[in-house]
Amino acid sequence: MTMIFGVPLVALASQLVIGLFNGAFYALLSLGLGVIFGLLRVVNFTHGAFYTVGAFAAFLLTSYAGFSFWACLVIAPLIVAALAAVLERSLLRKLYGLDALYGLLLTFGIALLIEGLLQFYFGVAGQPYQVPALLSGTSNLGFMFLPHYRAFAIAVSLLLCLLTWLIIEYTSLGAKLRAATENSRLLEVFGVNVPLLLTCTYAFGGALAGFAGVIAAPVFQVSPLMGANLIIVVFAVVIIGGLGSITGAIVSGLMLGTLEALAKVYWPPSANLVPFLIMAVVLFLRPRGLFGKGE
Amino acid sequence: MASASLSLPMQRRKHLGVVLLLASLALLAVAPLFLYPVFLMKLLCFGLFASALNLVLGYGGMVAFGHATFFGGAAYITAHALKEWGFGAGSGLMIGVAFALVTGFLMGIIAIRRQGFYFAMTTLALSQMAYFAFFQAPFTNAEDGIQRVPRPDFLGLVSLTDNLTLYYFVLAVFLIGMAVIWRVIHSPFGASLTAIRENEPRALSLGYHTNRYKLTVFVISAGLSGLAGSLKVLVFQIATLTDVAWQMSGEVILMTLLGGVGTFLGPMIGAALVLTIQNYMASTAVPVTILIGLAFIGCVMLFRKGIVGEIIALLPSGWLGNHDRERV
Repeated sequence: MTMIFGVPLVALASQLVIGLFNGAFYALLSLGLGVIFGLLRVVNFTHGAFYTVGAFAAFLLTSYAGFSFWACLVIAPLIVAALAAVLERSLLRKLYGLDALYGLLLTFGIALLIEGLLQFYFGVAGQPYQVPALLSGTSNLGFMFLPHYRAFAIAVSLLLCLLTWLIIEYTSLGAKLRAATENSRLLEVFGVNVPLLLTCTYAFGGALAGFAGVIAAPVFQVSPLMGANLIIVVFAVVIIGGLGSITGAIVSGLMLGTLEALAKVYWPPSANLVPFLIMAVVLFLRPRGLFGKGE
Repeated sequence: MASASLSLPMQRRKHLGVVLLLASLALLAVAPLFLYPVFLMKLLCFGLFASALNLVLGYGGMVAFGHATFFGGAAYITAHALKEWGFGAGSGLMIGVAFALVTGFLMGIIAIRRQGFYFAMTTLALSQMAYFAFFQAPFTNAEDGIQRVPRPDFLGLVSLTDNLTLYYFVLAVFLIGMAVIWRVIHSPFGASLTAIRENEPRALSLGYHTNRYKLTVFVISAGLSGLAGSLKVLVFQIATLTDVAWQMSGEVILMTLLGGVGTFLGPMIGAALVLTIQNYMASTAVPVTILIGLAFIGCVMLFRKGIVGEIIALLPSGWLGNHDRERV
């Protein structure tokens, strides 16, 4: 059996797949967080709750309405997007002129409310969600077994990140988004409906989180607190990558997932601490983040 | 402004202040005759905790999202020292505070490198790291926590096993903590801190080492939060993961926000309100998070100044000088 630093290659490779899988979530979530922050100047604490709502929407659609996983992959993010749009229009909008910290506290409150409501109706225990039949097998790659579903999740998440990046960099909508980030008042003078743009951006960020939630549902249990613990790691990812940098979000998300997996192989107790330790080191050496452009 | 002869409104204020102080002290002294002492002690612990956070949040202008680490961390250390090392009540509190001061310094030097929401996110992430560290440390017993912590004598003289005696001990420690906070706010250091909060680049250009001020107030706040956490161990004889979890950091922010950020009395009133609601909700099936979430939303949307802040804003303008508005 091939050994790498005293660990069998099979174990190392499968942990790395799990790492990339987690990293794909970090990337999706920090990407949405970054896009929202770039335009709205709000650190969206509700992001973890959006992820949870996405997973619950998939769970409910499948178990009560009989929708397939594939249908949920489209419908659940739309539900989250609608929820996000309503929240932005009714509450978040009123805080734009104020200190950005009020936005953080408001979204924190919304997250607690959503999680509390889910807990009230579904309890704290996790609900299982079936892996779609098409993706349920594994492939023998010679040096490891690759679960199809995880490979699919990594691929589709990265594809979505890439798509988001292309939209922002190369379409006219993306150009408007970037212009609004630079100077939203000037953009408004040019006749662009900036308030609508803000609502759409928040909804889009929410949809990304909701999508991640659906992808997560078959692997992790669907539980009210699944997003709350994840969002804090995502904050660390965002600090490491630098808020507002799309490349930073994707690269540092994947990097952190992988490093976490390596930690799990070589020194298990440290695995939970790794993202935060790396964050502390980055803050010390390069306070604006690896890809940040400064404040 | 120091003046030799006090102007009339200032004199009136001074008298009013003394009367209010004496009245509240008297109220605190007789309270356990009417209300359950353990609940009152809980109020005092969380009132002190919220007031300690307020030093950073209100007077330093930094949203610290990781104060549970100091509160719960000190609780763990004190509980361990009392139970396993046979510490007395006084030394047990002191070792908890010492731990909180050291962790406060470590978290502070990393977190103050970024401002605003970056500061909030950094403190949150670092405290989550501390949470996992406590979770895995063998002495905390993970989910079980440290239970059945003894209530040793204070200085070998005063027995604290009786709830009523313990109440007066907790009250005394609470008052010392509040006196420290009052002193910090009303010192030249506090004034410089307010200046930094209002306009950091300007304070920097005037020659203040703003980071040193921010770090100092962060460490003081951490130490006092630790004191509150250690006191809580004496009262409840238990230290658990709940006290170091991020939800606790959020709850104490809510207490401060609800009562009034940057007011002296606000955090205590906020703490009393939140604890009373929690106490009431505990008997229903509705999760407390729902109400806490709603309170956050209501507070941010409707009364950002908090209860005390809004009352001050309603007072006729002659009552309090601008200088004193945020010091009540």
